[in-house]
Amino acid sequence: MKKQFRKSLTMLMMLAAMTGCAAMEQATTVATVVGEATGTISRQQGESIRKSSKAVAKSLEDFTPEQEYYIGRTVGAVVLTKYGPLNDDRANTYLNTMGQALARVSDMPELFAGYHFLVLDSDDINAFATPGGHVFITRGLIRCCRTEDELAAVVAHEIGHVQLQHGMSAIKKARRTEALSVLVREGAKSFGTKEIAQLNDIFGGVITDITNTMINNGYSRSYEYQADAAALSIMKRMNYNPRALPDMLNVMAKQIKPGGTDFAKTHPLPQNRIAALKKNDQFVGETETPDVRKNRFMKAVGHLL
Amino acid sequence: MFRHRSLIICLALLGVLFLNAAAEAQKSMTVQVREGQLRATPSHFGKITAKTYYGDQVTVLEEKGDWKRVSVEDGKGQGWMHGSALTSKRTVLKAGRSRAGTSVSQDEIALAGKGFSEEVEKEYRKNNANLDYAWINRMETIVISPRQMENFIEDGRLVLRNEGGRP
Repeated sequence: MKKQFRKSLTMLMMLAAMTGCAAMEQATTVATVVGEATGTISRQQGESIRKSSKAVAKSLEDFTPEQEYYIGRTVGAVVLTKYGPLNDDRANTYLNTMGQALARVSDMPELFAGYHFLVLDSDDINAFATPGGHVFITRGLIRCCRTEDELAAVVAHEIGHVQLQHGMSAIKKARRTEALSVLVREGAKSFGTKEIAQLNDIFGGVITDITNTMINNGYSRSYEYQADAAALSIMKRMNYNPRALPDMLNVMAKQIKPGGTDFAKTHPLPQNRIAALKKNDQFVGETETPDVRKNRFMKAVGHLL
Repeated sequence: MFRHRSLIICLALLGVLFLNAAAEAQKSMTVQVREGQLRATPSHFGKITAKTYYGDQVTVLEEKGDWKRVSVEDGKGQGWMHGSALTSKRTVLKAGRSRAGTSVSQDEIALAGKGFSEEVEKEYRKNNANLDYAWINRMETIVISPRQMENFIEDGRLVLRNEGGRP
């Protein structure tokens, strides 16, 4: 009898591997019922398997897109407290038109509340993208761009961070676990003032985790290289010149101040990013930047350069 | 006898696999954007035929690249949505939006999308009065019309490749 039970467990594992996690609970339920019916496992054993598989399914739950949006709004508000907004309709409309188009061809064109872009009034070379799709680019970084294609490279890199969900990955594991366990209790409807206070605390912690990484320490270098690779593929899908990314990085290399608290601190050296791009030979499909794009770039942001 | 039992178990497990494959063809998904558009063609420029909202259940009828033709269960209509606006996660995303006929348990509904919400943000703002949400709200209202974007793409000699399924 035991042998039989082990056998059905083995089969269950194989089945799980084949159908993936989403079907796991369903498969467990069916297999448990089969096990009970054929007498290979007792009803009691069946009950406990059902319970534990449900617990696993719950602990795998993640933040919903709506929660990512609210996290993003507050992360954005923190960014705007460090760097003020640039109240410039011409530049912001241009940035949003380009950003919306780039987002359309990204791997994640749809977000809970869409993508939104804003120029920051700072000479620092910096840019941020929140999990909610708020993308910020400083004047200082726009000054590293000489053409629309180079600015598209900057914007596409930030969309890359959103699409790869780098912001959310900055949340500490323990905090994520704590948050999700509180959310499960909220679901269980035993949610009192204590849990609400706890949830507010965790929210504050999540914001600190993300902004510390984004503003102070930077993502891991590998995330930046991933966002560069994503930027190139997004640019190519729109016919932007992929060469514009290393061109922009070359200008940045000259303008960046060593020891600064901006990209100088949070990003790999522009030279290293160029080297990584070259190594992967990702410039296939090089095109020219036509005059019409050069002209409208100057018209929209020339006064900021 | 034991061998006979193994056979039954094997067949039952295989059955689960095939059931899943059948479910795949007519799978139900959930809208994961605040407001989703059903479009006449699989393109972000396709004419909007109906709207869907966060947590709505849709049935996938057809797929073309990243786009899915879906029907809304309460018969509001059919149309194309980009796959990134949909999730196959079974947990309902928003409390109180479940409809009769969906195979979601009470437990799953209760688990759904509360957590970090407008209320939590409000509480956070109370304790961090220096934070600038005015511009967050303002940047979220910047709207680019389809016409503006089409002009931007055409005038700039750009294309939208990989939109998926465009003729």
